[in-house]
Amino acid sequence: MADKDLLYNYTLHLADNSMILGQRCGEWCGHGPVLEQDIALTNIALDLIGEARSLYQLAASLKGGTATEDTVAFLRDVLAYRNVLLVEQPNTDWAYTIVRQFFYDVFHFYLHSELMNSSEERLKNIATKTIKEVTYHLKWSSEWMIRLGDGTDLSREKMQDAVNGLWEFTGELFMSSAIEQKAFEAGFAPDLNILKPLWQEKVEDVLAESTLFIPEKNYQQKGGKTGVHSEHMGFILADMQFLQRAYPGANW
Amino acid sequence: MEINLEEAFQKRIDEEIKIEPRDWMPEKYRKTLLRQISQHAHSEIVGMLPEGNWITRAPNLRRKVALLAKVQDEAGHGLYLYSAAETLGMTRDEMLAELHSGKAKYSSIFNYPTLTWADMGAIGWLVDGAAIMNQVPLCRASYGPYARAMVRVCKEESFHQRQGYEIMLTLCQGTPEQKAMAQDALNRWWWPSMMMFGPNDDNSPNSAQSTKWKIKRFSNDELRQKFVDVSVPQAEILGITIPDADLKWNEARGHYDFGVINWDEFNQVVAGNGPCNKQRLKARVDAWENGAWVREAAVAYAEKREKRKQNTENTNAA
Ligand SMILES: [Fe+2]
Ligand SMILES: [Fe+2]
Repeated sequence: MADKDLLYNYTLHLADNSMILGQRCGEWCGHGPVLEQDIALTNIALDLIGEARSLYQLAASLKGGTATEDTVAFLRDVLAYRNVLLVEQPNTDWAYTIVRQFFYDVFHFYLHSELMNSSEERLKNIATKTIKEVTYHLKWSSEWMIRLGDGTDLSREKMQDAVNGLWEFTGELFMSSAIEQKAFEAGFAPDLNILKPLWQEKVEDVLAESTLFIPEKNYQQKGGKTGVHSEHMGFILADMQFLQRAYPGANW
Repeated sequence: MEINLEEAFQKRIDEEIKIEPRDWMPEKYRKTLLRQISQHAHSEIVGMLPEGNWITRAPNLRRKVALLAKVQDEAGHGLYLYSAAETLGMTRDEMLAELHSGKAKYSSIFNYPTLTWADMGAIGWLVDGAAIMNQVPLCRASYGPYARAMVRVCKEESFHQRQGYEIMLTLCQGTPEQKAMAQDALNRWWWPSMMMFGPNDDNSPNSAQSTKWKIKRFSNDELRQKFVDVSVPQAEILGITIPDADLKWNEARGHYDFGVINWDEFNQVVAGNGPCNKQRLKARVDAWENGAWVREAAVAYAEKREKRKQNTENTNAA
């Protein structure tokens, strides 16, 4: 069995990504461009938060004592969240939301494809369940990439703008944190260097079909994985943690 | 001829045979239903807003998931109902245009603000609860598509109601602050919920015709009484007080007596002067306008794809 601390910290990487993206997707609920897509994006939010719950439950069991999925999910400050910068980026509009989702879905898909072979049984089980959901997410976001990229001039412009705006947050997905590196060495997490070309190829394929381009400017931001987040993160947490902080220890 | 058609129509209704979209129906029946169903659909989607605004702030993961799923259910109800209304000859876009212009109404209850987490409990318990009282009889409405849509809606509403009551119960068994939060929510949501049944019977001019057409099975006051009778013992279990000094059991009637509704407030909210009317409508209009380019692009892409497919087929044929 993997080292408890290491597994705990690695699990947070996975859980925080899906939690924060789920939180962002949830903001759309009631405001979508058309009722059917409002429902579809809420489904994705539900899947992501569902996955995060399984992971936080695992993390809580590793931590032991009085830890629960909620204490782990809600009671850390910004520096202790391990999610990438990409998932905390604001919804902005439907174009940014779709592009953010697509970039993450491709990563999420290949990540869980690998985790299905993890030597750590509990991660393997979560990945086996998650992969079915992520397969659907990826199909949905790819279709929207193509539909809007190859839709009208206006939609192409908005999508290209979103690709340009979010591209600098994609590199971090593949920059291993010390925890991810150790988890890989311990044999229960994939090598991110192997995921990167898979991600790149899929993204290039879908962008080509969407008549969209990868921006030339390729400086990549980083920091989320080590807790150095964007300013957005504090506001996400302020919403998310409000009741837990205002009424410590209460039952809901 | 017209008279015979109408007689035959009424005879079917009296025999509890469902009216289907292709059947002949009086124009006024069609209009009444269209107004009622589209108004109901609008209520579902405007109703997503007051609860939706707590999704990011739900107190724990279990509640967050349940709230997301609930608000999503309401979107689904909107879908079923728009589809049912479309069978009466108006498109969803046309109905939405009437909502956005302010011509079409939606349930006034959603023009009140959600201030605390307890409002998620009170809305589920009381607002979904009142909706169920109104809607269960509609599962037997004379118009087939409406009745069938309502069967699906009602199943989910009763789940929402139990979920809301469970939130209230948890708060009432929690800290004194949580219990006070629950009491405050009951104070704010009780009377607006009572208003959900509409004007008193002697002030409800269209009810007789709707009853004859079996769109309506119980009068507004009958349903309101039922709501009070069911809610009082539920509040007792919670240990919180319904904000009505006149509320007391009437042995002779076998019902609870209750105080007079402030119809002034009701009329003001209906007229657009409720605390959140402008904000709710703006949220819907913004979503629609901000989504216009998405909807247009989806149509443009579908057309392009269709054209490409035809071109390929033509090439293959040649
Ligand atoms: Fe509903
Ligand atoms: Fe409901």
